[in-house]
Amino acid sequence: MNALARHRYHRAAPVVLVLLLLALVTGIAAAVSTASSADAATTTADDAAEGEKLFAANCASCHGLDATGTDGVAPSLVGVGAAAVDFQVGTGRMPMQASGPQAPAKRTQFSQEEISQLAAFVASLGAGPAIPTAEQVDPELGDAANGMELFRTNCAMCHGSVGGGGALTQGKFAPSLWETTPTHIYEAMLTGPQSMPVFNDANITPEGKRNIIAYIEAQDAGSPGGLRLGAIGPVAEGMWGWLVALGLIIASTVWIGARSS
Amino acid sequence: MSTTENPTSHESEQNPESFEDPGVPYHRPRRADVDPKAEKKAERQVAALFGVSIVGTIVAVGAYMVLDMTDEIESIRFTNMVIGLGIFLAMIGIGLGAIHWAKTLMRDHEMVEERHELRSSDEAREGAIQNLKDGAEDSGISGVKRRPLLVGTGVLALLAAPLAVLWPQIGNMGADWNTSNFGHTMWRKGTRLARDPDGTPIKASDVTIGSAFHVIPEGLNELEHHKIEEKAKAVVLLLRLDPRDLKIQEGREDWSFDGIVAYSKICTHVGCPVALYEQQTHHLLCPCHQSTFDVADGAKVVFGPAKRPLPQLPIAVDEEGYIVAQSDFHEPIGPSYWTRLKDTSDGLHADETEEGGH
Repeated sequence: MNALARHRYHRAAPVVLVLLLLALVTGIAAAVSTASSADAATTTADDAAEGEKLFAANCASCHGLDATGTDGVAPSLVGVGAAAVDFQVGTGRMPMQASGPQAPAKRTQFSQEEISQLAAFVASLGAGPAIPTAEQVDPELGDAANGMELFRTNCAMCHGSVGGGGALTQGKFAPSLWETTPTHIYEAMLTGPQSMPVFNDANITPEGKRNIIAYIEAQDAGSPGGLRLGAIGPVAEGMWGWLVALGLIIASTVWIGARSS
Repeated sequence: MSTTENPTSHESEQNPESFEDPGVPYHRPRRADVDPKAEKKAERQVAALFGVSIVGTIVAVGAYMVLDMTDEIESIRFTNMVIGLGIFLAMIGIGLGAIHWAKTLMRDHEMVEERHELRSSDEAREGAIQNLKDGAEDSGISGVKRRPLLVGTGVLALLAAPLAVLWPQIGNMGADWNTSNFGHTMWRKGTRLARDPDGTPIKASDVTIGSAFHVIPEGLNELEHHKIEEKAKAVVLLLRLDPRDLKIQEGREDWSFDGIVAYSKICTHVGCPVALYEQQTHHLLCPCHQSTFDVADGAKVVFGPAKRPLPQLPIAVDEEGYIVAQSDFHEPIGPSYWTRLKDTSDGLHADETEEGGH
């Protein structure tokens, strides 16, 4: 008892206790985070087998049972990688419900588990980009100022200067990025879905991609100037000016000119 | 008789010799003029509007003093909104109140003010002419013979004065007078293609199929003068297509590398940056006027007001694997200008004729 008491009151005891506590907390955190990224990264043969069944039931009518695609209907999925599947199915763009200028984002038809199984199957067909880890897409770790520079050069011409989206040709459009999850933004850059070009890691480095995500996330705070009107450029702003502002001016002119009753 | 009379009387009704002055309309008193209650009400309304203005001023000044604006966008927006709302109320309250006051409470009598004759009286006209004559006589300019030196130098000074303004402006244009500059950019044989904005060179192996690189010439970021002008002329879009999709143009067989092509990013219509690349259709869209170019087929115009294909930058790969330019563009980039060859619908003829200048 005495010995224990002496040790309890040792000078170093508080420091040791704090260090032990820190080790415990970081250990748990590390275990949790590796566990989650391990879930995303490692795939078992079972997953791929389940994914193959899902694929045959939901995707094969266009992409073919062997996923090599159908000319003029659907592209080959060999080598597109897990990232492409996670983006296309995870944002609801695939399965496509109707043919049109482009496949719009809609409510996801599969659970996250089913998406991982599909991704595992497609990834097993040929090497392709993998789903990014949570750390790769964490906006907290990115530099929004550098992200803005990269966004302005590579993305703003289609997605607008703050990511509000914009029009393309013949009914196609670049969607708004404000509701898109960081993982899906990363995967879109990596795989170049639909009309979008590919921005591989040699073009925009993984850090650059994270910076871009940080820039887009920073737009959540809104604009310091007030209403953004969708941030899709001069058309929305012109409509506001012509209809609302000019209407108010005309109304007050009529009121000023009218005789009092 | 009645039938012969009627048309004449009708005509005289329609085209009378002169109109009778209809005078001012019947004066209708306002409610506030006849009803003391309505008058009191209008008075209260005006006072309330002025009160709104006072409240607005207090809100604006108070918000400026009380609200603590941090670097957070939300706090900036909130402060701007409250101060703006306060200023709006302060101004609109005075404006609406003043107009309402004038319309309901101020005197409501119609007043007639006759328009005076436009022509001045004969005396005034003669006086003005005499003044001009006297002035000319006094200064002596009426007779060049009497003061030739004064008149001569005066006229010369008047003619020369505009040069003081014009000369520096024209001088500033400097080399822009020389339109042959329009036909050249920073690209030289062996200049590496570099990423915009950081300026790092690009290897051919970096450009995977479907990729789009926004490119500046290597060394542009190190320029000390005219960096932005050089960038505006030299920017290039580097794309890799599936080589099976790419239609190689006649005379440009060695301008691309395994499906990698480089085109000027400056629209041939009015010079906007053309950068909306649709990977699946290989179409490149200009956001200003919707000119669309097919990069799989020599960047020919498939839609819109542009008249010429985008100029292609001939590229090659150096020993270290980096993409380099083979030469400058073979034709002037961007929109037409007054000395540019008119017939360049098939870019190659223009190339050959302008090759002599290189």
